[in-house]
Amino acid sequence: MTTTTTDAPPQRSFRLSMLIYDTRYRSYTFQFIAMILVFLFFAYLINNLIQNLAARDQNISFDFLGDPAGYDINQMLIPYDNQMSHLRAAFVGVLNTLLVAFLGCITATVLGVIAGVLRLSNNWLVGKLMAAYVEMFRNVPVLIWILIIFNIMAFAMPQVRAFRGENPESSMLFGAIAFTNRGVYVPKPIWESGSLIVVLVFLASIVGAIWYRRHATKVLYDTGRMLPRGWPTLAILVVPTLLVYFVMGRPIGLEVPELRGFNFQGGIQVRGSLIALWLALSVYTGAFIAENVRAGIQAISRGQTEAAYSLGLRPNRTMSLIILPQALRVIIPPVISQYLNLTKNSSLAIAVGYMDITGTLGGITLNQSGRAIECVLMLMLFYLTISLTISAVLNVYNNAVQLKER
Amino acid sequence: MRTSVVLGAVTVAGLTAGIASAATLDDVQARGVLNCGVNTGLVGFANPDANGEWQGFDVGVCRAVAAAVLGDPMAVNFVSTTGKTRFTALASGEIDVLARNTTWTFSRDVDLKLDFVGVNYYDGQGFMAPRDLGVTSAKELDGATVCIQTGTTTELNLADFFRSNNMAYEPVPIETNAESQQQYLAGTCDVFTTDASGLAATRATFENPGDHVILPEIISKEPLGPVVRHGDNEWADIVRWTLNALIAAEELGITSANIEELSAGTNNPEINRILGTEGSMGEMLGLDADFAKRAIMAGGNYGELFERFIGESTPIGLSRGLNAQWTDGGLLYAPPFR
Repeated sequence: MTTTTTDAPPQRSFRLSMLIYDTRYRSYTFQFIAMILVFLFFAYLINNLIQNLAARDQNISFDFLGDPAGYDINQMLIPYDNQMSHLRAAFVGVLNTLLVAFLGCITATVLGVIAGVLRLSNNWLVGKLMAAYVEMFRNVPVLIWILIIFNIMAFAMPQVRAFRGENPESSMLFGAIAFTNRGVYVPKPIWESGSLIVVLVFLASIVGAIWYRRHATKVLYDTGRMLPRGWPTLAILVVPTLLVYFVMGRPIGLEVPELRGFNFQGGIQVRGSLIALWLALSVYTGAFIAENVRAGIQAISRGQTEAAYSLGLRPNRTMSLIILPQALRVIIPPVISQYLNLTKNSSLAIAVGYMDITGTLGGITLNQSGRAIECVLMLMLFYLTISLTISAVLNVYNNAVQLKER
Repeated sequence: MRTSVVLGAVTVAGLTAGIASAATLDDVQARGVLNCGVNTGLVGFANPDANGEWQGFDVGVCRAVAAAVLGDPMAVNFVSTTGKTRFTALASGEIDVLARNTTWTFSRDVDLKLDFVGVNYYDGQGFMAPRDLGVTSAKELDGATVCIQTGTTTELNLADFFRSNNMAYEPVPIETNAESQQQYLAGTCDVFTTDASGLAATRATFENPGDHVILPEIISKEPLGPVVRHGDNEWADIVRWTLNALIAAEELGITSANIEELSAGTNNPEINRILGTEGSMGEMLGLDADFAKRAIMAGGNYGELFERFIGESTPIGLSRGLNAQWTDGGLLYAPPFR
């Protein structure tokens, strides 16, 4: 009789030294230690904050947000006066930040794409000009550009008083737009009764134009027949709206700014500070986006262009139909981070007195209420939220254009 | 607690450090130099001269305190602060005294936990406009664009003034005095507002000061004075009585010219007490007997400082007005040295 005794492998009990000497556990040990240290560091900072606040007989409280702000803001997208709360003032600032960030992102993208594509141009002069643009704007701090543009506006544009008198030194462009060193005054549309219909017709025309272009593409793919795109789109956009506009008896008027008292009254004032900030952020970020675009285009194999040419496509169409759609996959991720940079850089607004969130909540409110920690925390939270939202939205878009592997 | 100062600076905005020690006097004496917060550059009050040496009326207060505490009026490290950074600098311990045309208000004293030790200039907010604008009164400013220094009381006074007079205006907030001066001269704003003394000081630096008028209205009370942190009463006492010594010295006729002679002993017991030949006031403050004598010798008494930096013989040309001694019909009234 044979008995086979299969000895179970010796069960090695867990010993403490294995935490360091056993590779299975070692990494956990070090990560755990690192985590404890990080926690201790933050606990120390927070404790230090609380202790020092207590030593100065202060506390953390957000009650001040309900108090009247007491100061005025020159650019308001929502109604505001100095009797409203600090919270409302902060909200005015938030909208101003979003306004300049939104405008900046659009113009930076347009500039960046144009400069990026043209930098690869075969035309020597155009290529070098774009290279000069990119290098010049990318390598000078954006704050300097903001100040340069602001000061150029302040000193080179005519003063408001130059428009005054019998024979003014300056006059308005088309009698409607005034370029001054306080900003640009443009006419403001006046919405009278019936204007809603005109707007609705215009919106409907946009939908119609999009539909027409889709239709043209479909016809092209199905039959190979090319429908004209340019002039029908324009006609769809303009003709019905104009017709309704005159049928309804011209319900949309224009309020032209005119010089009354110290300033131009009426119309819309695009402040010098907004223009300086907007332009500077656009050209600065545009230079970075141009590089991203160039990198994206160069990442597409040369063979794609050659294949397109051999099919008889012209350079314009090769770029817009073959190269750019593929390049987008490379371009979008870095451009997202440029948008984030632009939004965060807009906090330099205070240099030109543009009342963004840093200027209202992080500037005057902080200073007048003395609630520095609370204000800075709120600022951090705001920029964090905005940045995460922008990248979330753009990541959705990025996923949409991503290469679909089937 | 020393290390907590370093690490504390890492915390949110680094505002909470600096409670390192309640005894500012010990810190200053150990350091051997006084950190004094002043304006970024306002002629007459605090401005570096051609040699890079700070000069001015507020600077004079700093030098007097340094002389009283350290025995050397030049042992001052001047830290230039903007309207926005000044209180943070003081609260965080970056500076020991703030002498920067700072208005004494309830909320700053109580809510911001600062201590105003006195008033060294009674001021009020005014407006300056180009002469060719034809404005003669602040009540005519409806619709004007106004340059203001942000982070100051002027911002709030301005809002109140225009609201109570039912007028509209457009504020152009600017960070420093120099920038607002530029913007005003470029015409991006119609009028410039700040404390009347600041207007005079700014106008004095213009190429053609005569082309600009200071409007007659004074729309606020702005008592300007040196500030210290709340909670260190010994240090507050030192700064307060150094300032009072300068004011009392003018009242009693102690000047930098006759101080040596007077400190040999006089018939006036108050002069003797100030100059330390009688009583032990210096010791009570934790200093030596000569502290007030050194403070007065640093730049002269209050009147001498005023005349030298901002008085009628200077380009700034401010008259004493409210800032005359109470015996001359002004508001300066130092409590008795007793």
